[in-house]
Amino acid sequence: MTVAEFTPIVFAAALLAGFLGALTGLGGGVIVTPVLALFLGVDLRYAIGASLVSVIATSSGAAAAYVRDGYSNIRIGMFLEIATTLGAVLGAFLATHIPIRYLSVLFGIILLQAAWQTSRPRKDVSVMHPPDSLADRLKLNGIYNSSDGPQPYSVYHVKTGFGLMFGAGAVSGLLGIGSGSLKVIAMDQAMRIPFKVSTATSNFMIGVTAAASASVYLSRGYIDPAVAMPVMLGVLAGSVIGSRYLARLSVPLLRKIFAVVVSLVGLEMIFNGITGRI
Amino acid sequence: MKLPKITDAKLERIVSVLLRSGVVISAVVVFAGGVYYMARHGSERADHHTFRGEPSVDRIVDQIVAGAFSLRARSIIQLGLLLLIATPIARVAVSLAGFALERDRTYVVITAIVLTVLLYSLISGAVQG
Repeated sequence: MTVAEFTPIVFAAALLAGFLGALTGLGGGVIVTPVLALFLGVDLRYAIGASLVSVIATSSGAAAAYVRDGYSNIRIGMFLEIATTLGAVLGAFLATHIPIRYLSVLFGIILLQAAWQTSRPRKDVSVMHPPDSLADRLKLNGIYNSSDGPQPYSVYHVKTGFGLMFGAGAVSGLLGIGSGSLKVIAMDQAMRIPFKVSTATSNFMIGVTAAASASVYLSRGYIDPAVAMPVMLGVLAGSVIGSRYLARLSVPLLRKIFAVVVSLVGLEMIFNGITGRI
Repeated sequence: MKLPKITDAKLERIVSVLLRSGVVISAVVVFAGGVYYMARHGSERADHHTFRGEPSVDRIVDQIVAGAFSLRARSIIQLGLLLLIATPIARVAVSLAGFALERDRTYVVITAIVLTVLLYSLISGAVQG
């Protein structure tokens, strides 16, 4: 394949990945990497490097909109970024020392988890027990605009959430993805943050987390400009289009179909990792 | 001297504009580098099956900037990518200044820790190699 053929094909694949990633809430990075590695024969390390760059672009773009609309909680984001950036640096360091077969298996497991996560409805759970005093001291509790007007919320289990976010950061650094589905576990399920706020805040954090590992990737030669260029532009354009449609489209069926496809791709990544075909 | 008053809402607006401009500027640079790259190297073979690693691409900020100024297509793309990586880091720096102006000591410390991790990673990785 020549550069003139490779570049538009990768751009088109990245555009679709960004579009679907925005519609389903999975993010484009986690979709584009297996497409590059399994179908276009790109080395997993170049795929991971390119995807990480696209993650910074889409999350910063989305975060700009969310911050303006007042959904993201800058203090929660800032505090948890200590955990995610430290995790990301560790993850990126490990990524350069682990054989890619294992990375492929881990990627497959994360895809299965993400598929399972997106096929479940997200609901805010009301809790009865007293809020975390640490959340008070760190001024994490806030108010957001729900459909019934301004709604105050409290944050629970701050330490557990912080620990889980370290893990999410490490996975992000290892695999070059935003780890949105892991952040959901930490922020929605452990810390009980309303999902509008947690989605917006997690988007806000993804760019910073990815920037922490991007430098490591850059210095190891994982970010090949010829791959990263069409991937970044494609995923960015796709997610802009996807988020426009999101408001108008009802997506439960799409989510279900997509969860099945993502699971199959996950199994393929695990299989290829185990048999050493990656 | 009286410092300008800043609120969370104002800080959020500045952050929003910063993030958006960073993404747009870097996308434009990457796109321009990409068009140039396609024009010059379009007929070459695209081989990304095997990982060649460190020596094949510029990895250090100095090399990238020098390459971009001598109009190497790949370096121009990488300059755009560097601007993109710098965008969230700049966002954290702006937040640090914002919390300092709000005199929120806890969050000055928290933000400073995050900025230190980011700069450590950037300098030990992309600047020194």
